[in-house]
Amino acid sequence: MSSLAASSDVTFAHTVRAEWVKFRSLRSTWYALACLLAVGLGITALTMDHVGQEYAAMTAAERRDWDPTSLSLRSHLVAQLVIGALGTLVVTSEYATGLIRTSLIATPSRHRVLAAKLVVTAGVAVVVSQALMFAAFFIGQGLLAAQGVPNAGLGDPGVLSAVAGAGLYLSAIGLLAVGLGTITRATAGAFATLVGIVFLVPSLAPLFPSWLQWLLDFWPGAGATAIVATVPDPAYPHPWLNFAGMCLGVAAVLAAAFVVLRRRDV
Amino acid sequence: MTTIEVHGLTKRYGPQTVVDDVSFTVGSGQVTGFLGPNGAGKSTTMRMILGLAAPDRGSVTIGGRRYGDLPVPLTEVGALLDAGAVHGSRKAYEHLLALAVSNGLPRRRVHEVLARTGLEDVAGKRAGGFSLGMRQRLGIAAALLGEPEVLIFDEPVNGLDPEGIRWVRGFMRSLAREGRTVLVSSHLMNEMVETADHVIVIGRGRLLADTGIGELMRADGDGTVLLRTPDREAFALRLTAAGAAVREGSESALVVSGMTSGEIGKLAAYDGIVLTELTPQRPSLEDIFMAMTRDSLDYQGTAA
Repeated sequence: MSSLAASSDVTFAHTVRAEWVKFRSLRSTWYALACLLAVGLGITALTMDHVGQEYAAMTAAERRDWDPTSLSLRSHLVAQLVIGALGTLVVTSEYATGLIRTSLIATPSRHRVLAAKLVVTAGVAVVVSQALMFAAFFIGQGLLAAQGVPNAGLGDPGVLSAVAGAGLYLSAIGLLAVGLGTITRATAGAFATLVGIVFLVPSLAPLFPSWLQWLLDFWPGAGATAIVATVPDPAYPHPWLNFAGMCLGVAAVLAAAFVVLRRRDV
Repeated sequence: MTTIEVHGLTKRYGPQTVVDDVSFTVGSGQVTGFLGPNGAGKSTTMRMILGLAAPDRGSVTIGGRRYGDLPVPLTEVGALLDAGAVHGSRKAYEHLLALAVSNGLPRRRVHEVLARTGLEDVAGKRAGGFSLGMRQRLGIAAALLGEPEVLIFDEPVNGLDPEGIRWVRGFMRSLAREGRTVLVSSHLMNEMVETADHVIVIGRGRLLADTGIGELMRADGDGTVLLRTPDREAFALRLTAAGAAVREGSESALVVSGMTSGEIGKLAAYDGIVLTELTPQRPSLEDIFMAMTRDSLDYQGTAA
């Protein structure tokens, strides 16, 4: 009866395109991205104004560790929450509205749905995070230069990798949020978990037993964030290894997300 | 023709068996009503048919295949489980487009289903502002995207106004006339009289009936006959003498059991008695349904 029945099998590309339609067709997506840029760059501008005065009061020893690149990338601390919220909502908004059932009726292969959500989130997060961190770097250095304080150029040693690294860090947090959203199925739960991971754990770290301290070397907000520095931190001689460790952790969370999504009834 | 085959389906949530060894077949070219009180296991059964929930035992196949094995699901099965299941800030058109794209369906199908459900004018509006009736239409539009042979609707008229109910009812009938397999759940029996050709009744997760609407009414319909006549006493005696049981009805009517209206009419004609009313009383579907599901209600109210 149906002429459509003859159409060929559904491929992963179809699922990705469908997820992209869902992603771009929500106003909240664009608000969140606008908010990400506004907050990220706003915080860069505000903090730069302050560090100029700080530099003037510094001793010679302190000035040796002066890292203008890392200072201009500080806005990643807040930006990670916005990108985390965006990643969370990619999954949890479907649970909140019940749309997840419709999605899984249309695409019964659950791992394909989650993989498509990750592809879309990763694509958007990589582009937006890099744009944000590069913009923050240039605005930050410009403000430092205006105050007559030493500043960095992209060609200086370690600067390009620090700026790009900050962007990659934000992208990884976005993907972590998709995983947390899939596991908790609730916006509030996923977001609270994310805040706990990136803020609470690093600040409570000194209270942890010594046999757990190694974990902090790879933790977001702790060792893994050492990639944004251009002045080497003696605690983290190979910051990219620390970052890779965090990526493994994110991969483990995503693997758990695939497993629970497959097993649970919806 | 595509049928839905359910074999020994069982689902437990903790200690509670929500669906208990249920088997039935949903045929094509007709509307099959899926009836039961709230909490009888209708929605769970539908979710298992659609691969959303995994059965503990038993199987469901659609045209011989498991739902998860359908290569392009929307072209074979369309489903509306919950009309509220749309993101309120997404436009109706985009909602349908995402679904169409996910199954590689052409964009023109989105326009076609919007037209068929009368939603063209609101296609560019956000679904959050839709009335329940419009959301119900949007859900039906989504189910029709792939021109599927099999359609599954969970409580499609719940909360609709009379006009909406009438529209949905007519729509189900027209889908069945096109030869499609239509499964519609409801907890309202009388709703089904107008819509369904066949009914499957479940209560407390168990199959109670799987039969045609007509047979269901006849099965319990040994029925009574209500009549009115100026010669009440005389005719009542005559009927009793002929072997019928007679009792007083409301407003001086007589309620006769044990004779058909035809037999009563012949007897009256033979005796030259004037009948001002002669009406066979059929038990309503609601009565049959209540009798059937009385033992299977989770919580029963007591009569005041």
